[in-house]
Parts: sequence; C-alpha cells; structure tokens
Amino acid sequence: MDILEIFVSLGFWAALVRMATPLIFGTLGELICERAGVLNLGIEGIMTMGAMVAWMWVYQGGDLWTAVLVAAVFGALFGLLHSGFSVYLGVSQHVTGIGITLLASALSYFAFRMLLPDVTTPPKIDPFKPYPIPGLSELPFLGEVLFTQSPLTYLAFFLVPVVGYGLYRTPLGLALRMVGENPMAVEAQGIDVHRLRTAAVMLGSAFMAVGGAFLTISVFDAFYIGMINGRGWICVALVIFASWRPGKALLGALLFAAFEALQIRVQQSASAFIPYQFFLMMPYVLSILAMIVMSRRAAYPKALLVPFRKGER
Amino acid sequence: MRLEPRSHVPLWLNFAAPLSAIALAFLLCALLIAWAGAPVLAAYGALLNGAFGSVFALSETLTRAAPLIFTGLAAAVAFRAKLWNIGGEGQLYAGALAATYVGTGLVELPPFLMIPFLFLVGALAGGLLLLLPVILKLKLRVDEVVTTLLLNFVVLLFANYLLFGPWKDPLAMGWPQAAPIIDEGVLSPLIARTRLHSGLIWAVFFAVCAWAFIRYSKWGFEIRAVGNNPTAAGFAGIPLGATVLRTALLSGGLAGMAGVCELAGLKGYLTLDLSPGFGYTGIAVAMLAGLHPLGVIASAIFIAAIYNGADAMSRAMSISNYLADVMTATALLLVLASVLFVRYQPRLR
Repeated sequence: MDILEIFVSLGFWAALVRMATPLIFGTLGELICERAGVLNLGIEGIMTMGAMVAWMWVYQGGDLWTAVLVAAVFGALFGLLHSGFSVYLGVSQHVTGIGITLLASALSYFAFRMLLPDVTTPPKIDPFKPYPIPGLSELPFLGEVLFTQSPLTYLAFFLVPVVGYGLYRTPLGLALRMVGENPMAVEAQGIDVHRLRTAAVMLGSAFMAVGGAFLTISVFDAFYIGMINGRGWICVALVIFASWRPGKALLGALLFAAFEALQIRVQQSASAFIPYQFFLMMPYVLSILAMIVMSRRAAYPKALLVPFRKGER
Repeated sequence: MRLEPRSHVPLWLNFAAPLSAIALAFLLCALLIAWAGAPVLAAYGALLNGAFGSVFALSETLTRAAPLIFTGLAAAVAFRAKLWNIGGEGQLYAGALAATYVGTGLVELPPFLMIPFLFLVGALAGGLLLLLPVILKLKLRVDEVVTTLLLNFVVLLFANYLLFGPWKDPLAMGWPQAAPIIDEGVLSPLIARTRLHSGLIWAVFFAVCAWAFIRYSKWGFEIRAVGNNPTAAGFAGIPLGATVLRTALLSGGLAGMAGVCELAGLKGYLTLDLSPGFGYTGIAVAMLAGLHPLGVIASAIFIAAIYNGADAMSRAMSISNYLADVMTATALLLVLASVLFVRYQPRLR
C-alpha cells in the first residue's frame, strides 16, 4: 500500500482516533497529577491494573460500564497508595512511582493467574461495540472516523475540555495548579496541601486505569501479560510534549496515534525493505524526540517532585 | 501525625527499620497466599526450601544473584548522585549485544584476557547507552527517567531485530539466538553439576570496587556530594556536569556487565529472554541495600532467593510465581518508607 493511499483510507483515520483513546486517558491523568506537583510513574502499572480488573469484571459476568467504574476505583486506590508515600511521607516520587508500577503490574498478573489458573489461550469477553451517534455518523468521512467509535472514545474526547475547564476556570482547578507551583501559598489560603495533592493523584490515577481498561474491554477482548507495553511511559513523555496543557495533550495523543496507525499499515507493505522492529521502535524514539524538541519551552510546574512538609522550607 | 527530623539516629535503627519493613512485606504477602487458598506457613517453608534448602537450591539462588548484584550496583551508584537511571534493562542488553559482537569469533584472546575484555566491552556499551539520556539531561534538561525507560524498549527491539535477522544462528534450529560465545570467553563453573559460574565472583569483586570507589576516591566523594546537595557541591568547586557524566558511565557500565555475566556465564549465547527484568529488579535491590554497594550483595542474594523460592513454591502448591514480583515491590515500597523513619521522628499531635 502506498503512503498516499493510507492517508485517504477511512480505516487509517478511524484507527488513529481509536488508538489515541488510551493515550488521551493516560496523558490527562498524568497531567492532573503533575499539575498538582506529583510525578506519577505508577502509570504503567496502574494502566495494567485497570486493564486487568475491567476485563476480569466483565469476564465474571459484570456489566461493561460498571467495569469502567471498577477500573477507575482500583486506579484511585493505587493513586491513594502512591500519595501515601509521595505526598504524606514525602519520599522520592521517582522510586515511589517505579515501586507502584512494579506492585500494580505484579498484582495484576498474580490475580489474573490465580483467578484463571488453567487456561492456556487467553479467554475472551464481549467488548464495547462501536456506537454510531445518530445523525452525526451519517456525515461523509467524519461520520465514520469520529462518530462511529467506542463510547469510551467519546468519553476520552469529552474529558479533554472538561479537564481544561476544570483546571483553568474553577476555583478547585486554580488551587490544584497552585499546589503544583507554590504549595506554601496554598497552605496560606487555609487549604490542606496534602489532601489536595492526594485528591489530584487519585483522580489522575483513575483516568490512567480507565485508559488501560479501554485496551481490554474495547479494543481487544482479552488480557495478556505485558499488554500495556510502555504506553504509560509514552504518556509521561506526552505530558512534557503538551507543556502540561490538556488541549495540547489531545494533539500529542492524536499525533502519536497517527504514527502507531501508520506504522502498522506501512509495516505490512514495506517490511521487505525495513525490518518491522524498526517500525515498532518508532513510538519510543518519537517520544524521546518530542521531549528534546519541547525541552527548551518546557515549563515544569515549579513544585513538581518537591515534597511539602508543614513548617519545613 | 507530623514528622520531625531526628537530631541523632541510633545505629540499631539503621538496621531495624529496613528489616522490619521486609518482615511487614512478608506479612502482607501472606494475605495473598491465604487468598490463593494455600497454607501460609507451608508456602513460606517451600519458598525457603527452594531458595536455600539444598546445595543445588543455594547454587541456583547465587546464580540468579550475580546479575542482580550488577544491576543493583548500577542503580545504587546512579541514585547516590540523584541520577535516576531506570534504563538498567536496556543497558544490560546493550552490554550483551556488544559482548556478542566481539565474543563470537571477531576477537580471540586467551581466557585470562578474553573474559576481562568482554566485561570491558559490555561496560562500554552500557555506559555509552546511558550517556545519551544524561547528555540530554545536562544540555537540554530532558528528564532522564522517561528517556532511559523508553530506551529499554528501543534496545530490546533492536536485539529482537538482530536475533531474528542478521545475527540469527543458522545452527540454532530456527530459534532466535545468536552464535555462541567462543570457549575462551565463557565464565568457568564454580560447583560441578550446577549452573553457578564465576560471574558471581566478578560481581562481588565489582561490588567491593564500587564501595571503595564511592567511599575513598575523590570522584566517589564528588558523586556523593552532588547527590546530597548539588548547589553546595557546585559552590565547593565540584564540576557538576563531569561528575554526572562519570556516574553515568559507571552506572551504565555496571548494568552492561550484568548482560555479559548472564551471556558468558549462564546462557553462552544471546537470546531474547536473557534477562527476566533484572534491570528493573536492580532498583529494588539497590533500595533494599540503602544504596550501599556492599549491602547490594546481601540484598541481591535476598531478592534472588525470593524469586527462586517462589518458583519452587509455585511448583509445589500452585501459587503463581508472580508472587515474587509482588513481594519485591512491596518490600521496595516499605523499605522506602522505613528509610524516612530513620531520618524523621513521627510525632502524634
């Protein structure tokens, strides 16, 4: 297939929107945490956990939307655990995050193996079906690309303006951004820094878990070991690429999804010349390049990585 | 509850804190074993037996500890300088790739030269791989955590390409593996009829070297100073950039040697399952050791025992051996918290 042919095919654009979904959830989640001053490297594990519990919920006979909720609750719980260490105790956010990732993915795999001890091929569930939005889905091109997607994809796109509005137009959002810039000022306003940060990390982690859940109960119909495959880390890079802004995060997620969708299609046609492994490397290499390009303009939240202890400077 | 800095840290607390954290980790994981429906004490008995119960079990534990000492040292040295190298896995494979390149016939030396040469080449490859993210950090302030993490995937895919493509050994019956390391480069076995090899001795040797380097050398002092307080270190005239670069070469080098250790000691040829995440587990090893190079030896053996023991336990009573990963992660988090209570006194208001 020719590159041009790919760009005019509906399938490519629809796949792009689909593949952007987990990245949007993950990037928004990470963005909320970092805006509050907490780097959440637990993302990779929390996404794995979300993917596992949502799948398991449906497999045990649960309903799809409840599964999304269950994933969010589990994500929030791991967010709570993260902030117990990184916010309340104020220990290294880097090591906490890696620890949470190791713990959440190990627990997911352990639970998966224990609940389904003797299956060799991963069992399947009935995932979310594309839900064509009445009227809009009839539109030429856009109808198929944007309005014939999984309900979770609509949710992801809907959350971008919601998070943007929440962060920039509400008092809570102002406090949340402030706690990532100058926690002492927040303290002076009589707001509990630790509680606010914890709430942000829990909310962000819930987003990440739903992003993971999307993979198992919408794109695929099974859970398997190692399925997140670095998507969480890519989200961390995307937050930097997006300069901590929800709108740009959406843009970044779409850009990356474009590469992922393109990569799969080019791989099939060009693998005679370029080994497929190099296409698989693209998202990771691109993430690094994106961070390099944006590095000069990166305006980190001032209090990112800085723990807050009352009465300590 | 609030935390107050301790003015004086009693010596016993330095040991009691991490040990009680590990005990608590075992207690928490007992809940998982109970959930899996197995008798807890018998399960832990099987774990202990599988880790240390016989000469063979002990040899397997020590075999697994050797690469963990290397990756644990890599993390410990870097974290000492507050350089967050999470790319141990990628550096391990980089070391193994480089050693495969020179060790499968390109260079032939007598054994007493060949083995140090392979370690050197592996260390160079691992060190150079870490140099890239560190230069990006120094020049452009690109966060090294994310770049080192992402490079892990890139290196593994590159190894995948080589093993399915140009480096695939035609004699391997279709398996994706490279040609074997020449005999002169193979690490000799330590105990007959076990897999234990002299890589363990090399690992302990480098741990002692790393300890002496950090403790007594000028560069080691600079690494500690930069990690403790970069501003003060800068005012004292310590070159920040050069120190971080040296740390990177050292840390990446140690991780690269882990790859050589597994390649030349255990497998004999490069495969894609050379490391079951030794690079990531090394972080837990380093934290458990309190970032102390000699402590890394003990904590690597401890973690290796958990993994080996969990394998035996899962065979004996059908508990998934992912329990070892859960235990390691739990211990990592609890030790992280316990270190804080060494420095701070919790006070109830």
